[in-house]
Amino acid sequence: MTLLTATKVRHCFGGLCALADFNLELHQGELMGIIGPNGAGKTTVFNLITGVYRATEGSIRYRGAELVGLTPHQITARRIARTFQNIRLFRDLSVLDNVRIAHYSQTRYSPLEALLHLGRYRREEQRIIDDSRGLLAIFKLEHLAGETARNLPYGSQRRLEIARALAIGPELLLLDEPAAGMNPAEIDQLMELICGIRRQFELTILLIEHQMKLVMGICERIKVLDFGETLAEGSPEVIQNDPWVMEAYLGGGAVG
Amino acid sequence: MTQSGVYWLQQILNALQLGSIYALIALGYSMVYGILTMINFAHGDVFMVGAFICFLAATLLKLPFVLTLLITMTASAGLGVLIERLAYKPLRNAPHVSAIITALGVGLFLENLTLAFYPYPQHVPPLLHNVTWQLGGVALSSLQLIVISLSLTLMLVLDYVVRRTPVGVAMRAISWDKTSVPLMGVPVNLIISITFAIGAGLAGAAGTMYSLAYPVIDPYMGIMVGWKAFIAAVVGGIGTIRGAVIGAFILGGVEIMVVALLPSTYRDLVVFSLLLTLIVIRPHGILGSPRVQKV
Amino acid sequence: MIAALKQQWQRALDARWLVPCLLVSGLVLAFAIAHFGLLNNYVQLVLIYVGINIILATSLNLVNGYMGEFSLAHAGFMAVGAYSSALLSMKVLPVAAHPALFHLAVLAGGLVTALLGLLVALPSFKVRGDYLAIVTLAFLMIVKSALENIDAIGGPRGISGIPRLTTLPWVFCWTVALLWLIRNFVYSCYGRGVLAIREDEIASDLMSVNTRRVKVLAFMLSAFCAGIAGALFAHLLQFISPRVFDVVKTTEILIMVYLGGIASIGGSILGAALYTLLLELLRPSTVAGLLSWLPAVVFDPLNDYFIRHLGVLRMIIMPLALVLVMLFWPRGILGLREFRGFIPRRDRRAHGATRLKGTDAHDAADSH
Repeated sequence: MTLLTATKVRHCFGGLCALADFNLELHQGELMGIIGPNGAGKTTVFNLITGVYRATEGSIRYRGAELVGLTPHQITARRIARTFQNIRLFRDLSVLDNVRIAHYSQTRYSPLEALLHLGRYRREEQRIIDDSRGLLAIFKLEHLAGETARNLPYGSQRRLEIARALAIGPELLLLDEPAAGMNPAEIDQLMELICGIRRQFELTILLIEHQMKLVMGICERIKVLDFGETLAEGSPEVIQNDPWVMEAYLGGGAVG
Repeated sequence: MTQSGVYWLQQILNALQLGSIYALIALGYSMVYGILTMINFAHGDVFMVGAFICFLAATLLKLPFVLTLLITMTASAGLGVLIERLAYKPLRNAPHVSAIITALGVGLFLENLTLAFYPYPQHVPPLLHNVTWQLGGVALSSLQLIVISLSLTLMLVLDYVVRRTPVGVAMRAISWDKTSVPLMGVPVNLIISITFAIGAGLAGAAGTMYSLAYPVIDPYMGIMVGWKAFIAAVVGGIGTIRGAVIGAFILGGVEIMVVALLPSTYRDLVVFSLLLTLIVIRPHGILGSPRVQKV
Repeated sequence: MIAALKQQWQRALDARWLVPCLLVSGLVLAFAIAHFGLLNNYVQLVLIYVGINIILATSLNLVNGYMGEFSLAHAGFMAVGAYSSALLSMKVLPVAAHPALFHLAVLAGGLVTALLGLLVALPSFKVRGDYLAIVTLAFLMIVKSALENIDAIGGPRGISGIPRLTTLPWVFCWTVALLWLIRNFVYSCYGRGVLAIREDEIASDLMSVNTRRVKVLAFMLSAFCAGIAGALFAHLLQFISPRVFDVVKTTEILIMVYLGGIASIGGSILGAALYTLLLELLRPSTVAGLLSWLPAVVFDPLNDYFIRHLGVLRMIIMPLALVLVMLFWPRGILGLREFRGFIPRRDRRAHGATRLKGTDAHDAADSH
């Protein structure tokens, strides 16, 4: 079934339009990639979906319900999670706390119970800790649970961001350049990781990426953006052989 | 002119006078905020020290008015630079809040230091001979006119400096982008010090004007006047010079109006309620622009 | 040998019975001091002030330190708590009959103030940082002005003749109780939400934190505690007026918070204690008394040139000392760190074998 639909979405900052006539249809369980040069409007798409910006025109529907006009918090409540192009971890907090915080919406005790340590508080806190440690283990970060987030190496920070996003229990996961700054070996691991969590958590994934190896390797469908407009859309083979795309973005030759 | 017309004209003059003093102080807040994104909470106390320096110059040295004004402005400017160099510069890369607390500490220090020397309010001797003209029922005091015109002159000079001189351009450049400006050969530290000097100098002028208009001064006067001028700067749009002036005159106007219409004890209540509403409705002030956060 | 001893010490600190034991002995001690007059009245008064200031500092730390806002309204909260509890105990509740009603009045004062905290939280949805500072300052001024204009509650002259019901053991109890509440809040999902807001509010929203609800809760809890502190203050001083609850008072509390350390309960205790005790210690009479054993040839000139002027000097030295502290420890002495005892055992274990700020490597030995 179609999970996310963007129709004729247009977003302008004053006179400059970052996105013009953007359309997207994402099906449940799909793994789709968005590629394009810097400034093409890719992160704007994420910001529009998650409510950070409000689309100037157009409609974005998730499971049929309109997202445009909702606050980021309301959209996250519909189980849409994301990571960020420039890592936005809670840098002064511990790795564990970063993941625990994202469990907020799934916490089942009231403020009064928290204040007085009544009832469900203890059980829930332990459950959240166990859940969080489980997520950290998937991303091989469990041994760093007590470390301050800012002290982590760059690649680990990126993985932590994904772990944190998963803590929301999302249905749709938006990954913004998850492989930025990684070396080839790390990229291979990341590709396995993404496919793994997609299976394990039954996710639909939309990702922005510049690393062609990852995009061509795991994406089922790819959309190419340039100057806020869609250049091409299709399977990796189609995109790789598209002359416009090669001209504008891939540099004219075939990509390995 | 009708009786009430005369009365309101008088109030307008009062408002202009009060607004002028607030404006001179508010400008210092705005300039420092524009260039360092920092609220200089000690600024109100620099104003107070300025008033006391004026008092000293008048009583001990018995200097003519213009000299008193110049000395006060210069001494205040020096104080401003001293504070900046000793207390703020080392904290430029520290968490924002630490600089604010330091500013509060400096302010407290100035208040109590002055209190040590002058535990009681002081009366500033008249600096100028006051002439009152009766114009169709309105009492025009020369003092009021001097305060208003001198303040406006200073503001115009500042406006010129900021818009036309290299120093002013540098100040505006730094407030837009602090990191790349030094790369263009601009002596950032010097410009920042100059900004503080100008702001503090204007506060010193405000102290002199205040002594002219309301001759009783005390070490705690900087708190109320300072905070109000600060709020005025925010209402006008903090970081902008014109905003500071507009906000200050609005504040002066509102204060005088409230006192004219309601029992004077309601003054602060109404003023702060209005300011609160204004800020919640339009946080970036009248002339300010909203900060856009990039995600 | 030393390492083994150190390990034993850490184990002892971790024991389950330690904190309850300390609290009970503290209570017994407080009661004994008050009842048997083990310390003179002046010292007891100072200790009571320390307690009240601890409550004020820790509750302000919740909003200013943990949440990273800059609220200047705290003295206003204190005022509302003081006035409402005083009016209750003097006009409504027959406190003379039942001392327990005093605590009802105090609690009611706190609850009324919590409602005001809810009000103050609302602008914080839209405004942050320096702008919120002004909004909260305006609130403070409005509260103060409103109190000055309501003649029914004394106007500028205030309320006098409040029954003196605040005693050392009661302040001890209230301080412990409120610190416990604040600590529970901090180490819950709401407290973590507060920290997240400080770090990155937009990201918090996107990570499912209901930032509005969290802000409301934080402000309400902070105001509640400040209100109770105000109530205790009123029933100690027996006289309150709007002039007491002004910007200077808020500044004092701010100093305690930032001196002791932001986002740290231990820091607030330290800051409040340091500030209150130092200020009391540096009185001419106290210093003169402490140094009276010096021979007259040393004491007399010291007294003339220094001690006599301490009243004024200390208010000059204190802000200077604050500036110095800020220059060297911008986040305060215990900023962002916490005493082990305050961190719940569950949290300590969960953070596992790696270094956690404020603890040391022996955590590895203790955790399983």
